[in-house]
Amino acid sequence: MKRFAIIVGLVAAALVSTAQAAERFALPQFKTSYVRPLTEVPPARPGVYEFVDIGALLVALAAASYLAIKMRSRRGLWWLALGSLLYFGFWRGGCVCSIGAIQNVALAVADSTYVVPLAVLAFFILPLVFTLFFGRTFCAAVCPLGAIQDLVIARPVKVPAYLEHALGLLGYVYLGAAVLFAATGSAFIICEYDPFVSFFRLVPFQRPGDTMQAINGSTNMLLVGAGFLAAGLFIARPYCRWLCPLGAVLRLLGLASKWRVTITPDECVQCRLCEDSCPFGAIRRPTRDEPHAPRLLDRRRLATLIVVVPIVLAGSGVLGGWLGPTMARMHYTVRVADRVRMEETGRVAGTDDMSEAFYATKQPRETLYADARDVEHTFVIGGWLLGAWVGLVIALKLIQLSVRRTRNDWEPDRGTCVSCGRCFEFCPVERDRLKKKPLSGKAPA
Amino acid sequence: MADPKKKMSRREMFRKGALGAGIVGVGGAAALLAARTAKGGTVWQIDPEKCVQCGQCATYCVIDPSAVKCVHAYALCGYCDLCFGYFPPGFEPSESFEQPAAEAQLCPTGAIKRKWIEGPHYEYTIDEDLCIGCGKCIKGCNNFGNGSLFLQVRHNRCVNCNECSIAAACPSNAIRRVPADHPYLLKGEDHKG
Repeated sequence: MKRFAIIVGLVAAALVSTAQAAERFALPQFKTSYVRPLTEVPPARPGVYEFVDIGALLVALAAASYLAIKMRSRRGLWWLALGSLLYFGFWRGGCVCSIGAIQNVALAVADSTYVVPLAVLAFFILPLVFTLFFGRTFCAAVCPLGAIQDLVIARPVKVPAYLEHALGLLGYVYLGAAVLFAATGSAFIICEYDPFVSFFRLVPFQRPGDTMQAINGSTNMLLVGAGFLAAGLFIARPYCRWLCPLGAVLRLLGLASKWRVTITPDECVQCRLCEDSCPFGAIRRPTRDEPHAPRLLDRRRLATLIVVVPIVLAGSGVLGGWLGPTMARMHYTVRVADRVRMEETGRVAGTDDMSEAFYATKQPRETLYADARDVEHTFVIGGWLLGAWVGLVIALKLIQLSVRRTRNDWEPDRGTCVSCGRCFEFCPVERDRLKKKPLSGKAPA
Repeated sequence: MADPKKKMSRREMFRKGALGAGIVGVGGAAALLAARTAKGGTVWQIDPEKCVQCGQCATYCVIDPSAVKCVHAYALCGYCDLCFGYFPPGFEPSESFEQPAAEAQLCPTGAIKRKWIEGPHYEYTIDEDLCIGCGKCIKGCNNFGNGSLFLQVRHNRCVNCNECSIAAACPSNAIRRVPADHPYLLKGEDHKG
């Protein structure tokens, strides 16, 4: 009888189902000594681990810089890269990483309510600082994404210079897009399209009980990552060289670095043995034997570029602005507004989870449309900036290609060199200095 | 024609200038951002008021099973005999059911445990090791009951990705960053831990 009463009450409750969902049924007063349990709330990872991560990053950066510049030890760098891959990659699941931290910083700059976690800020700033002083030692043996690619290099092929220069621009485009989407609060695309993070999560070191869902939600990214690693057997570090947004920043900072990796600290004997040792094509030939192109031709080319650059900038800016509303679809509000508008105009039948969630808020459609218009407006401006940024990068690349560099010796390119130390082994001067046998016949490992 | 020595020094000057500018720039950025940083950081959490129980939490989390679990605010629960978080709607429990079989339950993994307390009142608890965060029970409890069940990111399971995969897929934008020292958005007041 009692059960019947409950069912009747329930049906009545469902019929009058008002917005006030709470306490449809009176809270029972227990006659026995029963006490309601409390909701359990297991705490988050203790904050002290934040400092463990920052400490590990500092130690790894210092060790990488010391090994690359002072010790000049390829073997040491290899072991350090393996250690970084295991700790920052497999143990910490590849998150947070310095590449992704760019987005948190962009979001913090654009959104004053967002607070950057200390660890994220450290992961963003420390590699920049170290690169300014020691070159790209972060890339050499600290970044887990760099490490996993460095360790799989088997038979690197030379990439033609024109391709290298052209593909090298992609990282800057990626950087610009990542900053735009992060600053507008749309998405963290660097994290979403991180090709290796699904690998790191294949091995659930931290949670032996759970399997990380690498084979489910992110199968595509796992395939992309496998593709990168397979290509990486022959094309050394493809992600670092052509896509990595942080690599793009560090390339610029590396140009100005105070100290950097040199092939030999002693005098170069111009033997050219190092030329092929670099899998990244970062070793530049001396210019003094090159025939001097007529100065006039150089100047004319530079003058043309200086005229062309503003046109490139304006053109790519317009293109970016035109693409703005399309890019705005990455933003949640715009997606909801699109869906709701399509339902309103009858272009789609029925509702989906997204539009239902919006209707549940009981807000008028006009508010949503106005919000979406604001976001689109932001994206038009952002698109202009992104376009101009891409134009600027292309223009600077063209200017850089037409500017003559003077080099007396074979030396690593300051921007491209990731301080991996492979060239050390190949330099006879260096081998002599280290009292190693010269490279002849049987090459030592 | 400038002699090479002089040329080198000019280049060196440019480089030093760039290094100085870089140090000032990175230092300045660090100083500006340091004022906006917080120790302890943030974690992801579901706002139960926004959640629509679409089921994405069960499938999009990088952890399998999901770090999102059903949580019970006992303080709001009616301790109903016929609980629509527990039984599928339309189910008619027979008198003999004290602990019904899995096929008679709404939860696809049988993660909700039911215990008789007194009279018509039953206590429902969640076995988090079985819960997959699909939200089926929560939909039932919200639609027909007091709404004492709700989804939360469990921080002993969440690995706190920089970009939460579930947040990116959430149709109601219910997942947001919250300070790590207040990591839950709970219904009801009482909780421990």
